[in-house]
Amino acid sequence: MMAEEFEPKIVAFLCKWCSSAGSDLAGVSRMEYPPNVVPIQVMCSGSVSPLYILSAFKKGADGVLVSGCHPGDCHYIKGNFYARRRIALVKELLEFIGLDPERFQMSWVSAAEGVKYTQIIKDFVNVLKPMGPQTKLRRSQ
Amino acid sequence: MTKKTGVFVCHCGINIKGTVDVEKVAEKLAKHKGVEHAEDYVYMCSDPGQNKIIEAIKEKGLDSVVVACCSPTLHETTFRNAAKDAGINEFQCEIANIREQCSWVHKDKEKATEKAIKMSKSAVERVQQNESLEPISIPITRRAMVIGGGIAGIQAALDIANSGYEVVLVERSPSIGGHMIQLSETFPTLDCSQCILTPKMVEVSKHPKIKLMNYSEVQEVSGYVGNFKVKILKKPTYVDPEKCTLCDECTKVCPVVVPDEFNFGLTGRRAIYIPFPQAIPATFTLDIKACPGLLPIACGKCADVCEPNAIDYDMKPEIIEEEVGTIVVATGYDLYEKENLAEYGYGKYPDVLDGLQFERLLSASGPTQGKIMRPSDHKEPKEVVFIQCAGSRDPELHCAYCSKICCMYTAKHAMLYKHHVHDGQAYIFYIDIRSGGKGYEEFVQRAVEEDDVLYLRGKVSKIFEEKGKIKVWGVDTLTGKDIEIDADMVVLATAMRPSVGAEELAKKLKIAMDKDGFLAEAHPKLRPVESVTSGMFLAGAAQAPKDIPEVVAQASGAAAKAIAILSQERLFHSPNVAEVNLKLCTGCGMCVDVCPYEAISLKDGKAEVNKVLCESCGTCQATCLRAAISVKNLTPTQVHDMIEASLGG
Repeated sequence: MMAEEFEPKIVAFLCKWCSSAGSDLAGVSRMEYPPNVVPIQVMCSGSVSPLYILSAFKKGADGVLVSGCHPGDCHYIKGNFYARRRIALVKELLEFIGLDPERFQMSWVSAAEGVKYTQIIKDFVNVLKPMGPQTKLRRSQ
Repeated sequence: MTKKTGVFVCHCGINIKGTVDVEKVAEKLAKHKGVEHAEDYVYMCSDPGQNKIIEAIKEKGLDSVVVACCSPTLHETTFRNAAKDAGINEFQCEIANIREQCSWVHKDKEKATEKAIKMSKSAVERVQQNESLEPISIPITRRAMVIGGGIAGIQAALDIANSGYEVVLVERSPSIGGHMIQLSETFPTLDCSQCILTPKMVEVSKHPKIKLMNYSEVQEVSGYVGNFKVKILKKPTYVDPEKCTLCDECTKVCPVVVPDEFNFGLTGRRAIYIPFPQAIPATFTLDIKACPGLLPIACGKCADVCEPNAIDYDMKPEIIEEEVGTIVVATGYDLYEKENLAEYGYGKYPDVLDGLQFERLLSASGPTQGKIMRPSDHKEPKEVVFIQCAGSRDPELHCAYCSKICCMYTAKHAMLYKHHVHDGQAYIFYIDIRSGGKGYEEFVQRAVEEDDVLYLRGKVSKIFEEKGKIKVWGVDTLTGKDIEIDADMVVLATAMRPSVGAEELAKKLKIAMDKDGFLAEAHPKLRPVESVTSGMFLAGAAQAPKDIPEVVAQASGAAAKAIAILSQERLFHSPNVAEVNLKLCTGCGMCVDVCPYEAISLKDGKAEVNKVLCESCGTCQATCLRAAISVKNLTPTQVHDMIEASLGG
């Protein structure tokens, strides 16, 4: 009997102004992507604390995505620059504690980029599938 | 304390129900902690749907509501108002976006249902911890700014000013008028463009409520809807408009000739110049880039002959600060850059022109007084080839979009050419003819029937010069025959692009652009004149290619939106602002440094938030090491619980 294919769980923090709107556009345009991702709308990618990312991994996420406006286009002027710097550090931290940094991604998706959002989710799921479940930070059930 | 939350799952006809098992979502949610009531209904946004929410709140004593439906950009306000009608605070209502972000993007019903359940639970977790809030009321600066003095900006400024509000109209070039003032006649009536625009320009210059700032550029914008602060750079013209009598003596002595922008380089102008005779404001401008130097020792001829002493070499750039409540952006378009269309010999052969250059040739006030002649040898062209979609509708090499107005102006060009050169022949290469608009189709037919314009369906493959002629090779895809025309002149219907500098300005204004660089509207169907940034509106070709009647309509629409803000005494600001926990705050000041709005300051060793300036971005919340600052109704505790629910916990 073939084992059921592993379906990674992804939490996506989408900023309200660009990425969430881009994800809405993907919906309006009826594009299709895997249902592995559950979005959480935040005001700005700059409001995503490293603790949210660790909390998601701890609560069982196999992958975490943070998506904001393109650099320079932040609705809040410079929030995504803070996000970008913070994310680089979080990647290093994850690597340091032995969690594959590929499990955590940041992307820039504008309100016009429904296609891009769709592709990012598809690619991310493809990256995560062969990696199997994330167990490093998952708290014991 | 656990609240009593009601969950309402919308079918949206089959839009949600088709992929999500809505009954199962309601059933599962009913069992979730804190959920007192859950039901599904075919259209939650309909009146009966809203009544279900209101009744459930009243009957079951609910204190909070989650509606699982379409994107919050659509019906959040509807449901928050319904909650308010039922007597609970509007911030006790949250939306789970299970349509755009779930049912519309997935096919597997089981998995989509599972995801919809997680999203709805996440919204429940959030609303369970929402505070009841009241909007913050702020006063409004009751004047407007319009950026761009083309027909869009002129119309918007006049509409706002005629409603009794002051308008600051900012134009970067020496005169208002934009591209419309450069046109010869306008389709489909063949009205003279200058004749219909100049009265409006004069009205702008005489209007007591309009402050015209020509030769000025927006440098910096701060603030928020109702209260923007704009810094404007007023470039020196070196001519005092009050003293200048337009005698034109200065241009006679100016030794410098540079290509004339107004005529797209078809003629030259002096370093001191007036762009065109009806320029508003009516004054000369000294182009400092072309001028040999401001010191009398370098030249100084213009100042010598200026009797009224209007020329002032000591004029300096000024920064002027204006306070306005709302901004209309009408920055217009430019044509696709010449270097991109080398295949048509554009920029290489002098007799290959773009549409705007041809307008200048046709114009009675143009460099040839309306006589059609080849720029190379001043001969009258007998065979003219017009090429549509030059740079448009070509996703591989150029712009993917349709520039919309070219079909019509090319028909007009061919028609007007025939009116000037009776024995000439006009050919038009086209992909499709798009003549939607009042009287437009009839206009194209008139060009074909009355003026014998020959339409050739196909693309041009090559253009080259041979023996004084411009050889045009193409294919007529209707007959399948190769076409070779020995043309005297080629006119390209070049693609429209957002105006040069629009991107930089959009960044200053913090308004979004679409993939082509045009300014993005808040909703493509229902909010076409609003930008994503509250209080800023869009008018004209800055938003997308469009013709004059559409521009005027959109400008009036943008003006109406601006007036709707200005007519209020006070505005309401979102109360979801950052809040400091004084017990935890150590006064380290990191939040003060990162706040993009300078909304946080230190007072008595603790952070303090200015509620009016705070825009709820949450950057402070992610920065604070002690979790001492958080944005109301999206606090870290709420987010952690939402993460848990999103992962199926």
